[in-house]
Amino acid sequence: MKMFKKVLSLALAGAMVLSLAACGGKDSGSSDGGDAAETFKIGSIGPATGAYAIYGLGVKNGAQIAVDEINEAGGINGYKVEFKFEDDEVDNEKSVNAYNTLKDWGMQILAGTVTSGCCTAVGAETANDNMFQITPSGSSTDSIDGRDNVFQVCFTDPNQGIASAQYIGEHGLASKVAAIYDSSDVYSSGIYAKFKEEAKNQPFEIVAEGSFTGDNKTDFSVPLQQAKDAGAELVFLPIYYQEAALILAQADSMGYDPTFFGCDGMDGILGVENFDTSLAEGLMLLTPFAADAEDEMTQKFVETYKKNNNDETPNQFAADAYDAIYAIKAAIEEADVKPSDSVSDICDAMKAAMVKINVKGLTSDEGGMTWSETGEVSKAPKAVVIQDGKYVSAQ
Amino acid sequence: MMSFINYLISGISLGSIYAIIALGYTMVYGIAKMLNFAHGDVIMVGAFTVYTVSSTLGMNPVIGVILSVIVCTVLGMLIERVAYKPLRGATSPLAVLITAIGVSYLLQNLALLIFGANSKSFASVITWKGLSLADGRLKISGVTIVTIAACIVIMVALTTFINHSKAGQAMLAVSEDKGAAQLMGINVNGTIALTFAIGSGLAAIAGVLLCSAYPTLSPYTGAMPGIKAFVAAVFGGIGSIPGAMIGGILLGIIEILSKAYISQQLSDAIVFAVLIVVLLVKPTGILGRNIQEKV
Repeated sequence: MKMFKKVLSLALAGAMVLSLAACGGKDSGSSDGGDAAETFKIGSIGPATGAYAIYGLGVKNGAQIAVDEINEAGGINGYKVEFKFEDDEVDNEKSVNAYNTLKDWGMQILAGTVTSGCCTAVGAETANDNMFQITPSGSSTDSIDGRDNVFQVCFTDPNQGIASAQYIGEHGLASKVAAIYDSSDVYSSGIYAKFKEEAKNQPFEIVAEGSFTGDNKTDFSVPLQQAKDAGAELVFLPIYYQEAALILAQADSMGYDPTFFGCDGMDGILGVENFDTSLAEGLMLLTPFAADAEDEMTQKFVETYKKNNNDETPNQFAADAYDAIYAIKAAIEEADVKPSDSVSDICDAMKAAMVKINVKGLTSDEGGMTWSETGEVSKAPKAVVIQDGKYVSAQ
Repeated sequence: MMSFINYLISGISLGSIYAIIALGYTMVYGIAKMLNFAHGDVIMVGAFTVYTVSSTLGMNPVIGVILSVIVCTVLGMLIERVAYKPLRGATSPLAVLITAIGVSYLLQNLALLIFGANSKSFASVITWKGLSLADGRLKISGVTIVTIAACIVIMVALTTFINHSKAGQAMLAVSEDKGAAQLMGINVNGTIALTFAIGSGLAAIAGVLLCSAYPTLSPYTGAMPGIKAFVAAVFGGIGSIPGAMIGGILLGIIEILSKAYISQQLSDAIVFAVLIVVLLVKPTGILGRNIQEKV
């Protein structure tokens, strides 16, 4: 009982300290309120912990670099930018909670969310609030469907599937193709559905179709054996690189050596710690961003990213987020909105501006990228092939 | 036909790993009457130990494997001492189950903190390329052969240990009746600690074999195989060592063959459907009836 009293009194004392702190918070809060009119508050939501943390952390760190650069150069139209990132662990409910937290903070523009499923859930909220939203990496069409306030920086999944099928067909890479996709993932199955559709118009045939689910993604002996038996010369892998690294290793131990072809989710395979890069030799992928590209913009970004983040190489999520912030900047400048305008007014003006702007970024080529009213981005896909452990342009 | 043999070998190889993990579940359940859901994560710790020693520090993988067995054995005993022992007298058996889930998350999150969320490529400890039969149409990788061999050796050694050593007999006695065993002068706490030590040491070996066969490693590596192995233990009859073996290998074969011939997306559903059918026909699992074998 004595112990209990001690704990209780400690807890009460703690509560008092906290309530005092809360008072202090309020004071500084009011002065923040004054500042709020002078800064653009951009929020972002994505996984900062959990199995998909690398995607969220990439977005967080990539966006932060763009925000720092913009603030250093004097801000947007003279107004500074504040950036805040909230964790959602790829959980729809947590994502919506994170959105509400950011709204309490005073967010005016959402540069998120990172993953497609959460993007669709949060998109319903932003559409209600009429808040401008641009997702760096939510590539499902569900993210933008029927919502005129949501825009994408990445390709939509169908676009990647169609582009992959066309690329394989036009370049005559194979006549017999197998595919292995993740049927439990909207990204992967979305790409594959369109790939399969487009394949009918292309001079190759899909001879084997393998799939797996998120709960069962370590053993690929069955789909690989089926692809091998069917004589597939190329295996299309519209999946993330972690599983792809496993597939490459298992194909090698089976003595099966086709050409592997992936999409943007494959980007990062060379960065897998301890990965035998000789396994990835000849692997082709369509990706908007390669960290070892030679242009000045990429090199500067990669250098800053490494400096800020323990020498980690940025992935395409970081690059997409960087471009998303610059797209916001271009749209604000075009729309000429001020931080003191209401969230809804900012959104309406930026929506109209988005279809007019052209942003040249890390994930676009020289021609830059433009947006349609539906929120879909238009930019040219790039094909790269892995040679001597490096990404090389495949053109 | 060649494909079928290939699938069968993959199935036995996968099943052997399930079997080794299932041993840990089944021994702990047999003796402490608790489900140690942290077992799958001990596997992950074992694999990370080997990864750190051989890939990060560049030492001989054999040293890594030995160290990993030691680390996991100590970890298993530590978890038992800190998290489970104080709750052994708790009125609700749920208390210790919840603790086990808590320990599982603790291990995952610690690994996440130390090693990060990025999955790492695990360099196989077994460098032998394996056999190539029938003009290369039938390939059996070195990892597969070593896994199956390890499974058989562990099974024989464990059965001998339990039936012919004093400590093993003590285990049998505790599993039969804890109270009576204590009255007969058996150190029950020591026996339970020993069970955790053996189970966790086996988890380290399972971790090495799992990551050598499927060369990827992340803080969540152990979670799914852990659950599958738990199913295997129930399938074979929880508490029975040969049951865990048979359950594990059958589970692996069913999983691979249903992927190959029925549906790749439904393979997990089929595995669980088979489990339900088995439990309906034999509620104690395949070998569950044989109480003498209980450990």
